Amino acid sequence: MDDFLNTFLNWEYIWEVFPDLLGTGLLNTLILSVFSALIGTVLGMLLATMGLSSKAWLRWPARVYTDIFRGLPAILTILVIGQGGGILIPSLSRNPYPLGILALSLIAAAYIGEIFRAGIQSVEKGQMEASRALGMSYTKAMTLVVIPQGVRRVLPALVNQFIALVKDSSLVYFLGFLAEQRDLFRIGQDLAANTGNLSPLVAAGAVYLVITVPLTHLVNYIDKKLRTGRKVRVDDEGGETELLNAGKVPMS
Amino acid sequence: MTTAVRSSSVELRDIHVSFGTLEVLKGVNLKVEKGRTTCIIGPSGSGKSTLLRCVNRLQEPDSGDLLLGGESVISSDPDALRQRVGMVFQHFNLFGHRSVLDNITLPLRSVRKLGKEEAAEIAHARLAEVGLADKAPYRPSALSGGQQQRVAIARALAMEPEVMLFDEATSALDPELVKGVLTLMAGLAERGLTLLVVTHEMGFARGVADEVAFMDDGKIVEQGAPEAIFDAPRSERLQRFLSQVL
Repeated sequence: MDDFLNTFLNWEYIWEVFPDLLGTGLLNTLILSVFSALIGTVLGMLLATMGLSSKAWLRWPARVYTDIFRGLPAILTILVIGQGGGILIPSLSRNPYPLGILALSLIAAAYIGEIFRAGIQSVEKGQMEASRALGMSYTKAMTLVVIPQGVRRVLPALVNQFIALVKDSSLVYFLGFLAEQRDLFRIGQDLAANTGNLSPLVAAGAVYLVITVPLTHLVNYIDKKLRTGRKVRVDDEGGETELLNAGKVPMS
Repeated sequence: MTTAVRSSSVELRDIHVSFGTLEVLKGVNLKVEKGRTTCIIGPSGSGKSTLLRCVNRLQEPDSGDLLLGGESVISSDPDALRQRVGMVFQHFNLFGHRSVLDNITLPLRSVRKLGKEEAAEIAHARLAEVGLADKAPYRPSALSGGQQQRVAIARALAMEPEVMLFDEATSALDPELVKGVLTLMAGLAERGLTLLVVTHEMGFARGVADEVAFMDDGKIVEQGAPEAIFDAPRSERLQRFLSQVL
């Protein structure tokens, strides 16, 4: 039992690693995952709309991109982009941090694009038809009517993807960042390697959970809200209008 | 229901539509005079809805001509055409993520470029006309099917169309909700809006239409005043159809 505690929960090492985890590691993990989530979401939406286009020259590049970035191990993509980018642009070779964000973004875009595509495709055809019948252009119908409804339906899947991104951001470990650029995993791993004790990694894991567990609960919350939001019934002829689950939205 | 309407005649000339090898419309001619109501009846798969969708070019015909107010609009900008031709669908197709009010103001603002207040004013007026003034802030899903269809009609009317198309507008409604929608449609006919109505409601066709067209197998088989169609059908196919639905 003492061996177990000493290996995984050695308080001395945990105290030693904690300031770095919270000061440097948490910040960098958040920077890596938030930036790549943002870029990945924008690129993903672009891929989704391209993938749904009636024009083959837009559809095919999106398809090929998605197949490649979803089909490769993330670690391989990160190494190829992170080291390859440094070779092509020498000024980045000493500081591959932006390349790490780029690689994470490009991978995330492929998955997020597929999530958006599924959501947009799930919107009834009648929504597009009604918009067009009212004189809206295809672009207006997509941006004002179809995409907002499609995105809403896939919010849980999208947040799940963000959770995966937070965890996968640890893979930039292999790019060898500067000391002040180290993420949660790297800081835990560095001390673990120096001490031969796993407690710093356990501490890093705890910080990951502080980020990811609330996000998983956010998924459940959104999911539940989306489900119950539909159970609405009202009688037809005004009079005694009963709203079991108020569909009322604030007037804008 | 007092607002003046600006309506136009609409005419389809020798319209052909094929889906792959399946010929759905085989040269259809149909004219609805300004301010008149024509009902299209016929069995499922006869091409009624496809014909209706050619009028606002949601379905582009393979060949033929389309005239609105006497002018060809078959190769004009479809978005401009659709601002002049309103359409009401079987499944309402209200925008589920917007309130009832926003359903009406969205096209007014994005297509007709009206300001927020002006659009809201029109939307409230149109909702009042269909008897749903108090539903403005609700989501469509909080309304019954009949109410949703009336909102859809208000949404189309707000664009001030010259022609209105109804594609089986009451087919998805519970029986007790059909009447309110049909009454509303009859009111539009009375106001002098040009209506082209695909319907299974024979009572409506007989009572409201100026003319009834019977379609079968991609063609208009028989066409005339409701009395002629319903009381003295000439073709064997129409006789058989009426014996099945009446």
